[in-house]
Amino acid sequence: MIELVAVLALPIAGAGVLAFLGDRRFASRVNVAASFCTFVAAVALAIRVIVGGPLVTLGRQFLIDPFNVFLVALTAFVAFTTAVFSRPYMLIEEEHGRLNPARLRLYHSMFQLFTFTMLLALTTNNVGVLWVAMEAATLTTVLLVSLYRTPASLEAAWKYFILCGVGIAQALFGTILLYFAAERLLGAGGGALLWTELNGVRADLEPTVLAIAFVFLLVGYGTKVGLVPLHNWLPDAHAEGPTPVSAVLSGLLLNVALYAVVRCKVLVDGALPGAFAKNLMMGFGLVSVVVASFLLWRQRDIKRLFAYSSIEHMGIVTFAFGLGGPVASFAGLLHMTVHSLTKSAIFYAAGHAAQKTGTQIMDDIRGLITISPVVGWGLALGALAILGMPPFGVFASEFLILTTAMREQPWATPFLLAALGVAFAAVFSKVQPMVFGETTAARLPVRPAMMPVFVHLALVLMLGLWIPPFLADWYRSAARLIG
Amino acid sequence: MSLGSQLINLFAAMLLLLAFAMLAQRRVVTLIDLFAAQGLVLALSTAVVAYTTTQPHLYQSVALTLLLKVFLLPWLLYRMVRKLDVRWEFEGLVNIPATMLIGIVLVVFAFNLALPISRLASTVTRSTLGIAIASVMLSFLMMIVRRKAIPQVIGFLAMENGLFFAATSATYGMPMVVELGIALDVLVGMLILGVFFFQIRERFDSLDLSHLEQLRDDRTPRPRTPGDAPRRREAPPASAGER
Repeated sequence: MIELVAVLALPIAGAGVLAFLGDRRFASRVNVAASFCTFVAAVALAIRVIVGGPLVTLGRQFLIDPFNVFLVALTAFVAFTTAVFSRPYMLIEEEHGRLNPARLRLYHSMFQLFTFTMLLALTTNNVGVLWVAMEAATLTTVLLVSLYRTPASLEAAWKYFILCGVGIAQALFGTILLYFAAERLLGAGGGALLWTELNGVRADLEPTVLAIAFVFLLVGYGTKVGLVPLHNWLPDAHAEGPTPVSAVLSGLLLNVALYAVVRCKVLVDGALPGAFAKNLMMGFGLVSVVVASFLLWRQRDIKRLFAYSSIEHMGIVTFAFGLGGPVASFAGLLHMTVHSLTKSAIFYAAGHAAQKTGTQIMDDIRGLITISPVVGWGLALGALAILGMPPFGVFASEFLILTTAMREQPWATPFLLAALGVAFAAVFSKVQPMVFGETTAARLPVRPAMMPVFVHLALVLMLGLWIPPFLADWYRSAARLIG
Repeated sequence: MSLGSQLINLFAAMLLLLAFAMLAQRRVVTLIDLFAAQGLVLALSTAVVAYTTTQPHLYQSVALTLLLKVFLLPWLLYRMVRKLDVRWEFEGLVNIPATMLIGIVLVVFAFNLALPISRLASTVTRSTLGIAIASVMLSFLMMIVRRKAIPQVIGFLAMENGLFFAATSATYGMPMVVELGIALDVLVGMLILGVFFFQIRERFDSLDLSHLEQLRDDRTPRPRTPGDAPRRREAPPASAGER
């Protein structure tokens, strides 16, 4: 319990301290330190769950089970590495005159608050608090996306706010309907919104109401996941915000939103006899994969390219959870992990690449391997990993998803394979000339932090070759829970 | 039918009427008045529900609604409108009669959607659930057809009103912790948007959102207006510095 309090309290304390510190030179170090402490607390929490099993605590308001504990650890880890990465990155941005000290203070403070909202969304046992935390995550990231205050970033942030605000309002209506269905069984008051209570009575929940509720919840949280008809905000927000923000949006926020969808799916699966929720998720997932992979061809901006790749991968994961069953759910969880690690690594590399060459337009980024071998190799390896090359972890999860799809939903396999092929060709043909080729760009004033990129890629490589037993156990028991 | 449920039905009807009025209204200041009136009707109907069903926790929601939606948010909006000096909104995306017709279709759809749910509800307010969903959808429509930033935001807030009404009519309101959280989010969101309005205004000299349609997949660098901050590398002009 003390670990849980620490996980939630540290980012808030960090946000307060950083808001107070202002533009002192060491503020970015404090940011790293706060994220590191949060990460340590998250690891302690994970160890506690490994040893003692699932945890329902603080008046039943918080729930740590195999499904969310690895996401908590992952969120804290990526937040920490992003903080490490953003220290030199933001210094360079300041040097280039794109930020001033006041903005930097806003950035540090909001970064910590954003971490807090995601951790709260993951650990809460209350569907209503989950909604509040997701909305708060939107609000903090709106400020982060518009950090540069350029017309483009304002436009991106406005679009993000309105689309996600409307989306999340749908999710609120879904939550109200869920509460309505549950209240008849569990009585009014806080109990009827707790996952643990809802799971106990899920077979008796009113099917019609739950079906309507799930549609609203899927559309609502699906907007934040970036599922295809609802994805419009995502590329803009990723391309126009600072790169560390793109990394946490892609690597963490999408995961957390998907987590909310999957939690709701578990309830609906219990209440409805057919495969209603599964079919919906498969449909949304497949459409996202196909549309996003074709849109990859049209991209000219490096961060937009990888934003669309995030939509594609979130589609794959949604499809996997829609397939259901122990293997596909296992693969979905694995894919969530490796995608978040790989994609944030790619954004770190892409951010430095854009800084070195002074542009985000891919046609103008050339010869990274000569200007900076680490950035070049980081981008190249990251791209290969995200495209599902063996032996990286993405290959393992995509392979599992594809083979399960072949067995259970053969009609979907050609779409998936074609989309993966198209995505491969698109991304590879765009990344290859950026990494190799001629260039004249100058060196950067501050040494880039490439450590996080290689740590992430090493972890992804490891997950492709060997999954630690405790992690496999979590995935398996979470997959049983998801069904 | 008891007096209480008659009153609730009356308030629900007023809510729907107000939603249509907002859809048709082009003056920004009147729009804010209508939004405040909607908040007041919402608070009154919640108070009647609280009184007739003796649900003491609903009085807290009433207080919250009054404070937030009748006083605080309209006041913030008024201040913004005065500072930004926006009074009229000329062009909608669709003309008003057409918008009204679409609105009527939405209301029919909302009542159909509410039918299976309200049949199951045991609250005295179940007949108003359709109206709640209808006002959510009408606010949604308002956000779609409006081109200016402030009416869009009022639409967003009105949608939250509709959702709140849905929660009261289906379940006598959400647990207090959730309601407080929602209120906090709405308030913080509004404050952030306030900052945003000034930023947008400063960058584009207008709150017309058609300026915010530049981002495209295959975009070429955006055409710059004089005094516009450069997108990359060069230092932004002094005006972009402190704010």
